[in-house]
Amino acid sequence: MDVALFITCLSDTFYPRAGDAIVRVLRHFGCRVHFPAGQTCCGQPAFNSGFHRAAAVLIRRMATVFEPFTHVVTPSASCAAMVKQHGPPLLADDPGAHAASVRLAEKTWEFCTFLRDRLNVDIAAHLQAREPVTFHYPCHARSIYGLDDLRAWLSRLDVRPPARTDLCCGFGGLFAVEFPELSAAMLGDKLDELAATGARLVICNESACTLQMAGGAHRRGLPLRFKHLAELLAESLGLMEAAA
Amino acid sequence: MSRTGDLRARIAAATTDRRVVNAVHLAAWRKVDARAESFAKLPHVEALRDKAAQIRQHVIENLPRYLECFVERATALGAQVHFAPDGAAACRTIAQIAAARGLSLAVKGKSMTSEEIGLNVALEATGVRVVETDLGEFIVQIDHDRPSHIITPIIHKDRRQVARAMAREFGCPYTEDPAELTKIARRHLRDIFRRCDLGITGVNLGVAETGTLCLITNEGNGRMTITRPRVHVALLGIDKIVPRLTDLPIFLKLLARSSTGQPMGAYTTLINGPKRPDDPDGPGELHVVLLDNGRSDILTGPLREVLRCVRCGACLNACPAYRNIGGHAYSSVYPGPIGSLLSPLLYGHAYDDLARVSSLCGACRLACPVQIDIPELLVRLRALACTRQPRAKRVLLRLWQWAMQTPWAYRLGQRLMRFLPDDGGGWTRHGPGLLRAWTDTRDLPCPAVRSFRSIWENELRDEH
Repeated sequence: MDVALFITCLSDTFYPRAGDAIVRVLRHFGCRVHFPAGQTCCGQPAFNSGFHRAAAVLIRRMATVFEPFTHVVTPSASCAAMVKQHGPPLLADDPGAHAASVRLAEKTWEFCTFLRDRLNVDIAAHLQAREPVTFHYPCHARSIYGLDDLRAWLSRLDVRPPARTDLCCGFGGLFAVEFPELSAAMLGDKLDELAATGARLVICNESACTLQMAGGAHRRGLPLRFKHLAELLAESLGLMEAAA
Repeated sequence: MSRTGDLRARIAAATTDRRVVNAVHLAAWRKVDARAESFAKLPHVEALRDKAAQIRQHVIENLPRYLECFVERATALGAQVHFAPDGAAACRTIAQIAAARGLSLAVKGKSMTSEEIGLNVALEATGVRVVETDLGEFIVQIDHDRPSHIITPIIHKDRRQVARAMAREFGCPYTEDPAELTKIARRHLRDIFRRCDLGITGVNLGVAETGTLCLITNEGNGRMTITRPRVHVALLGIDKIVPRLTDLPIFLKLLARSSTGQPMGAYTTLINGPKRPDDPDGPGELHVVLLDNGRSDILTGPLREVLRCVRCGACLNACPAYRNIGGHAYSSVYPGPIGSLLSPLLYGHAYDDLARVSSLCGACRLACPVQIDIPELLVRLRALACTRQPRAKRVLLRLWQWAMQTPWAYRLGQRLMRFLPDDGGGWTRHGPGLLRAWTDTRDLPCPAVRSFRSIWENELRDEH
């Protein structure tokens, strides 16, 4: 199967290891992976801030960049949701671009759900970890995969769930810098939850949440490490060296 | 008018008020948990929410018809219905009712709609003394404070603050014992109830087919308020209508559970007109003041879904932003997620920026008994207000958009980010310029030494 990777701007810039892991895992399960170099951002920050014209321009661009491919896979559920749900209505006035954005919406997959639903991979059966893990469920994954899905994928690990499993990390796009003190206060609640689990490895499939939580943990001196599920999977399958 | 600077400062200050934040955290989580527990025990709860959402959406899409019906039936029951296009008109109407009958002591049930229009101040200005009888609102009143939650007005106060306010007001010995405090308030209020001549309440829902007013209260004060005085004025937002009496049970099941986790409010009162000749008691006159105050504009606008709201307060409790700042930081009668929608719609563009006080996490949407997609509406509101954003922000956004449309500029941006100071171990602790908004409270990881696209170009592309 031919698959185009939509890396997302944040993973591209801050967390390329997740992309590396995805490429290796997809290849392991028989996919041919492509990386259209023209890709940038799906427009989610603009969309969430209400700048819908800018978001429309970028979603139109995305549709063009990924037009040649039949499957688009991304590490981020929130970017997948942007492309799948919020994108097409932005182009409602332009039938051609709208149709292209609908095609993009239909063929875009979040990585874990692609493995499960298109490649019939039993993620839980392949995952291993040498230590207890906890997790962050990204709020914007709700329309893509549920908390129960994430728990199922991690079910064979020694999982120490936070007491409040669906607490927001406080990132929220521009919110994080427009109301930084509030964003940090919400982050504090989140880190308290994670730290209380006793696990030091946090599975988080959202670069933006990781940026926020890792940044907060580092500032506070908390010994938390963050990994995308793809990284743990690539390590478990022997496709990558375990990261420190 | 933009209040951005003010709002950020106010919110920043609110996050540091540990006493308020702790009080709100504790109470809000308690309610979130109680709600979850009671919802878990309610059979077919999702079907009920679907139904409730559907009924309310249907009402707001057919409001004129249902309002007409409600007015006709309520009038037939003997109520006098007044229509108030705005808050000032509603206050005027109620003041006139009082003046014409020589009413001078009003008791009030808890009503956010009355807060919305500033009724107490307006009535006091005409010489009517107004006494709040809901315990929380009573304490707000004696403490010259403002409610910070639409259901739990003193969620921001701890027990000591309540005790101090009571001791100061009544000269009674200082006590923090809730039972004792309640007893003191009750003694005081009983005397007021004996002497009052006007009762003012809000209405939880009006029933169109019967003209019935449904009131849900917890302390019994509501019933005293609608039985003791000789005149009852009920203030009803025009949106708070359900079509049939048989629709009520759905809302009775959901409303109290959403608010406090109780299976039902302690007192559910259905009012069908004023005292009849053979009734032993009750007010001889019932006035229903139907308040528009911007609602019919909302009705024709792109955010009309917000009018489904039944003011249960569940979204406030569920909101991680609300829990960390409390209600006063919003500077509006309606705080929290629903308030961030209602305030700009009711009070105008000066409140637009409240729509940005949300991480869009969606906890509010999950908590809402009538399934208002609050995050979606917040984004819609942000979009409507985007041309009124500060110019600098719009220019930056435009620059960002250009970079994202232009792959070489995007890559250049990535490379430029590597010039951020590494303050040790691959972290920036003191970001320059705009980045301080991040690094004042969090560290920022330095960008990866090699971006994904460079790893792809150099290694991954050719590996198979």
